Amino acid sequence: MVDKAERSRGIIVAAQGNLMTVRFEGVVRQNEVVYVKSAGLSLKGEVIEISGNEAKIQVFEPTKGVRYGDEVEFDSDLLTVELGPGLLKRVFDGLQNPLEDIAEQSGYFLPRGVYLDPLPRDTKWKWTPLAQVGATVEKAHFLGWVPEENVEHKIMVPFNFIGKGTVKEIAPEGEYTVDQEIAKIEDEKGNIHSVKMMQRWPAKFPLRFGERLLPKEQLTTSMRVIDGPFPVAKGGTFCTPGPFGAGKTVLQHQVSKYAKTQIVVIVACGERAGEVVEILREFPHLDDPQTGGKLMDRTSIICNTSSMPVAARESSVYMGVTIAEYYRQMGVDCLLLADSTSRWAQALREMSGRLEEIPGEEAFPAYLSTRISELYERAGIIKLYDGKEGSLTIGGSVSPAGGNFEEPVTLSTLAVVGCFLALSRQRSDARRYPAIDPLISWSKYNDRFAEHGDNFMKDRVKKIAFAQNMVLRSDEIGKKMSVVGEEGIAIEDLVVYLKGEFYDAVYLQQNAFDPVDTATDMERQNEQLEMVSKVLEKEYSFEDKEKAREYFLSLTDKVIQLNYLSKDVSIYDQKKEEILNIIEGV
Amino acid sequence: MVRTYNRIERIKGSIAQVKAEGVMLGELARIKLRDGRETLGEVISFDGDRVNLQVFSGTKGVSTGDETRFLGKAMQVSYGDTMLGRVFNGSGDPIDNGPELMEEKVEIQGPSFNPAKRIVPKRFVKTNIPMIDMFNALVISQKIPIFSIPGEPYNELLARIASQTDADIIILGGMGLKFDDYQFFKDYFTKTGAMEKTSMFIHLASDPVVECILVPDMALAAAEQFATKDKDVLVLLTDMTAFSDALKEISISMEMVPSNRGYPGSLYSDLAARYEKAVDIESSGSITVIAVTTMPGDDVTHPVPDNTGYITEGQFYLHGGVIDPFGSLSRLKQQVMGKVTREDHGDLANAMIRLYADAKKARDRASMGFRLSGWDKKLLKYAGLFEEKMMSLEVNLDIDEQLDLGWELFAECFEKNETGLKNEWIDKYGKW
Repeated sequence: MVDKAERSRGIIVAAQGNLMTVRFEGVVRQNEVVYVKSAGLSLKGEVIEISGNEAKIQVFEPTKGVRYGDEVEFDSDLLTVELGPGLLKRVFDGLQNPLEDIAEQSGYFLPRGVYLDPLPRDTKWKWTPLAQVGATVEKAHFLGWVPEENVEHKIMVPFNFIGKGTVKEIAPEGEYTVDQEIAKIEDEKGNIHSVKMMQRWPAKFPLRFGERLLPKEQLTTSMRVIDGPFPVAKGGTFCTPGPFGAGKTVLQHQVSKYAKTQIVVIVACGERAGEVVEILREFPHLDDPQTGGKLMDRTSIICNTSSMPVAARESSVYMGVTIAEYYRQMGVDCLLLADSTSRWAQALREMSGRLEEIPGEEAFPAYLSTRISELYERAGIIKLYDGKEGSLTIGGSVSPAGGNFEEPVTLSTLAVVGCFLALSRQRSDARRYPAIDPLISWSKYNDRFAEHGDNFMKDRVKKIAFAQNMVLRSDEIGKKMSVVGEEGIAIEDLVVYLKGEFYDAVYLQQNAFDPVDTATDMERQNEQLEMVSKVLEKEYSFEDKEKAREYFLSLTDKVIQLNYLSKDVSIYDQKKEEILNIIEGV
Repeated sequence: MVRTYNRIERIKGSIAQVKAEGVMLGELARIKLRDGRETLGEVISFDGDRVNLQVFSGTKGVSTGDETRFLGKAMQVSYGDTMLGRVFNGSGDPIDNGPELMEEKVEIQGPSFNPAKRIVPKRFVKTNIPMIDMFNALVISQKIPIFSIPGEPYNELLARIASQTDADIIILGGMGLKFDDYQFFKDYFTKTGAMEKTSMFIHLASDPVVECILVPDMALAAAEQFATKDKDVLVLLTDMTAFSDALKEISISMEMVPSNRGYPGSLYSDLAARYEKAVDIESSGSITVIAVTTMPGDDVTHPVPDNTGYITEGQFYLHGGVIDPFGSLSRLKQQVMGKVTREDHGDLANAMIRLYADAKKARDRASMGFRLSGWDKKLLKYAGLFEEKMMSLEVNLDIDEQLDLGWELFAECFEKNETGLKNEWIDKYGKW
């Protein structure tokens, strides 16, 4: 921290939209936060280019009313995230302004130049110390913890602490606010540092202390098409591109509800406000099946919707990922969902255009793919100093123009993610939901799970690969049939086609609006896979094509009805038995 | 502080440059032309004392010696009851020969609504058009475009929706309108009596392009004022493709790097900033936005309909003079169908569409000369009746009448067990 008196100052000399030129005196850092003092307001911005004694800044808010000569204050800090207990159950904008507090203060509309404390200053947290006086600590070591919803929220040695330190004082058990001192640490030079529960971290730098490990465990989502053929790994990455109306948002909501993880950070980045409202109004009432609490208890929302300032849209993704990394540092499993990274990329594009940078493909800046990989690379598993592991999984939705995946954002994303869940218009038009296309989606994690998993897992992966192969063959035969008609193909091929359709209908498709089918736990998924595999692997011999069709039609209907049945219902076992008999029977 | 300057340094496209001091971004200036005309301009950028003004009525005829007066305020729109029944241009000046408005004014492009203050919309908007009410119900605070192509009766549809809903206030924003279309709206609203609750912001195709991009902002800023004062406002925007083309024209003339087919990279944000004004304010009024997006070349992947589709809550496809039941979608319909409307609504609508889709296939078979089964014939009869009695834009029925009509069509064409509907509904509402 630089002393306030030393901070540089400047004046606005040119302005266009959100981009301003400041003539300054003193020292200025690249990406430093600035405040433009205009008409009694203080508008936050960020330095993005420096040349001589002029700096270009992007202002995060509407800039109407800014004049030549308006004063600019440089903050000396980069854009930071405030970290500490009180991040869960909250809604922030792209600059970590708490939206609910702003609503309370300012009413319906978002005023300019109002910045409130992200973490509540008056909440008292029940503190339990972990470190002893005299202990040697380093940055990110645990000093104590407070309970925050279902998380043991660790209070850590500040991340910017250099070298080894000695705990000189530690607060006894009791209730403290985030800005009260809870420890004193002496560094190697003998300086004493006062530690509070809250600390700051620059959003655009990865927050990662510990050894990085390869993801090897599955992050289950309760969705068969993901958990089966295209699984996501804990600490891995995935993306969900799709045209509008293909169900990206429903899919993201499903994942945010049912993913088996401890913390979910949702970044609503440049999308409709209405979609966030659904989360805001729904999650506080929905039960979290893992803890018995409410879903909102494990959720933190960064919300910079499409009509909110574009420059803050860029930072919103970094805010979200930093918060998730912070919890990972406590040994927690986190999931970050960003909807949509295309809007984030567009924000980069808008700014790059104003800076008159030489444009790359579709006018996106040349550094687009670097930024995208930097973001996804912040996912991962880390081994903490105490041997425990924390994970951060990142899932981004992509909104490709015209639904065409051959565009810069989708392509750059595909180059870095571990799992590609492609939503297709074709499938959504055919009402095959979730519209994840089994023909073009992929996941690099199945092989790794098989390698690290037990025999059951190995067998499961094999079964899924078999089913996947069936889908591909079935699709080929389907295409052939559309040319030569059903008469033109052999009955064996028709059976393969029907098997593929059967697997698609009863396993890949899942009804998000059915209370039972909407989420399927792994135990039941395994049971379903078992049953489906029996059908797929069986050698059938039908009298004629009509019989084959009838058989699969009736079987499909029966299995779907079973999917809708809760396992707690008494007739479930009986229905299942019936189906198994049909399968064994022919 | 009013400051006057007598020299214009540079004129290019719609931009005029003046050397001036102490001006604000977004500040308005009035330029007095030698020929006696006056026009407004807005400060869009400055570099030192060189100030760039976007001239609303274009720079045609502007001379270097014209007088520029900075007004010390940003673009505003008047609002209030006296603006009802009136017509304005994109600069907010009356063009109906009526008096200048003296009412309170409010800045356009105001702050956006706090998402934390939004509520889940659940109020049904009756339009009495079966293809909307029955299959893709409209909900208060929805933003939805009509995707269409030039030549289709989209403006007629828009006008009909507007005069048949029970909105308190209607605000029409016309962009790139032909004079005939403008006259049509005026006549239609006068005839139906809706004019007295209507206010129009009209940019005709022949008007200066800068005024075109102001129209939605003017319309929505006025709407926002009514909405915060307990009024349910319906905003009609036609045609948003003309608006996007105006953005394109201006950004290219300002030498901005184009992204896709010449449109600026900010097209998505520009469109979203307008559409996202749609809102249902808890215990107050609301804004519902119905827009027209004409698709150049009937291509839905064109940047304008494509970006629009990501922003809006569904779309109505207007093809061949009817609303296409297949591509059309109201993302908010689940909020009201069967909840606010009659309980059988959702299931009945689904069954009707499913059977109509089957009927289409039967029709294909018929046109290919295949022999038709008895079931095919039933479907064909149903398709004919469905198109005549439901799809036609002439039909004007209350939602309950629409539901009854649906059951009547089923009774006329099918047996009870052929519709796939729950027995519960058949017993309660069936017309067999």
